[in-house]
Amino acid sequence: MLLAMSVPLTLLGLLEREPSHGYDLKRDYDAYFGRGRPLSFGQVYATLARLSRDGKVVMDEVAPGEGPERKRYVITEAGATEVDAWLVEPVQPEPHLQTVLFAKVVLALMLDRPAERYLDLQRGKHLQRMRELTEIKRSGGLVDGLLADHGLFHLEADLRWIDTTAARLDALAKEVRS
Amino acid sequence: MTAALEARDAVLSFGETPALRGATVTVAAGEILAVMGPSGSGKSTLLHCLAGILLPQSGEIRFGDRRIDAMSENERSTLRRDHFGFVFQFGQLVPELTAEENVALPLLLGGVRREKALKSARPWFGRLGLDGLEGRRSGELSGGQAQRVALARGLVARPEVLFADEPTGSLDSLTGEQVMDLLVESARAEGTTVVLVTHEARVAAYADREVIVRDGKVTSLTPEPVLS
Repeated sequence: MLLAMSVPLTLLGLLEREPSHGYDLKRDYDAYFGRGRPLSFGQVYATLARLSRDGKVVMDEVAPGEGPERKRYVITEAGATEVDAWLVEPVQPEPHLQTVLFAKVVLALMLDRPAERYLDLQRGKHLQRMRELTEIKRSGGLVDGLLADHGLFHLEADLRWIDTTAARLDALAKEVRS
Repeated sequence: MTAALEARDAVLSFGETPALRGATVTVAAGEILAVMGPSGSGKSTLLHCLAGILLPQSGEIRFGDRRIDAMSENERSTLRRDHFGFVFQFGQLVPELTAEENVALPLLLGGVRREKALKSARPWFGRLGLDGLEGRRSGELSGGQAQRVALARGLVARPEVLFADEPTGSLDSLTGEQVMDLLVESARAEGTTVVLVTHEARVAAYADREVIVRDGKVTSLTPEPVLS
């Protein structure tokens, strides 16, 4: 979700390296940021059209008769300023206070269902994903490894929450049932 | 798959304090199993029972078709020496010995002649990125180096089972990852079964499967392996 929201800015950032064709932008985006969610060509060109409309990019060197694929996109000063502002702005920390899992645990306790079992199932699911990411780390390059690390640290944080919650289920049950 | 190790309803108390309350777990041959759980849950006690270091007061511990819990202390000692390897949290190298002698130690204790034991120890230094450190003593090694020496010592006798108790517990996360990479790579290459006790999810994620020990009982988070 967050990455989807940053597609225009990421494409702008790629254009700041050098002017590029839409095809090259898609290729580079997919290689570095796609990770199983490649951009469609439609999304790339629609995004570039919006960036062009907003004055963030311009086109140059449209060779006559060679079709839209020959359009090369160049970032404007306004576009570069936006990339700069985006890069320096810290990402909003998301406390995720209302997660689905939290809701499930509280409801399970309210309804006298096996909340600990639900947490164990989630723990197993998280560890399965961590195994997959660890394998990516072990077999991939540095870019893949660092992306996998990002996922691993987040999953690990979730697991700590699961452990803490599991240890306090009795107390939580008293509170939500009172 | 066949079972390398099995605990069936293992019960063990230390005085009035119960550590295992009917722990049951199966480790398939060649499998890397992570044993997780909070501090004091009984996970290290379970490892010690599976390794024949501690005996349960009731229940069974099997290594293949042999009953470890029915063996004498001498038989268990021989079993550990000939079939098992160990890596602990703090390496526990013998400080008076060089790194090379530490690695060769299981072979020397098994009666292998010194020259032959040292010759078998040497290739491990290259495999684990320890070239040039053969003559150093444990005080002259970094934490990561010492733990890799301990890993080499655990594997040098080509054990059927490697027991690793918090093998990265004393290391920073990057160094811990290197040790885990080497542990998994070496175990896979040798077909070694690994019982890995850890409280860290990132370490457990190197295993094929994990179980959690809670209040002396074992819960499997993923399906048990299908054994023949």
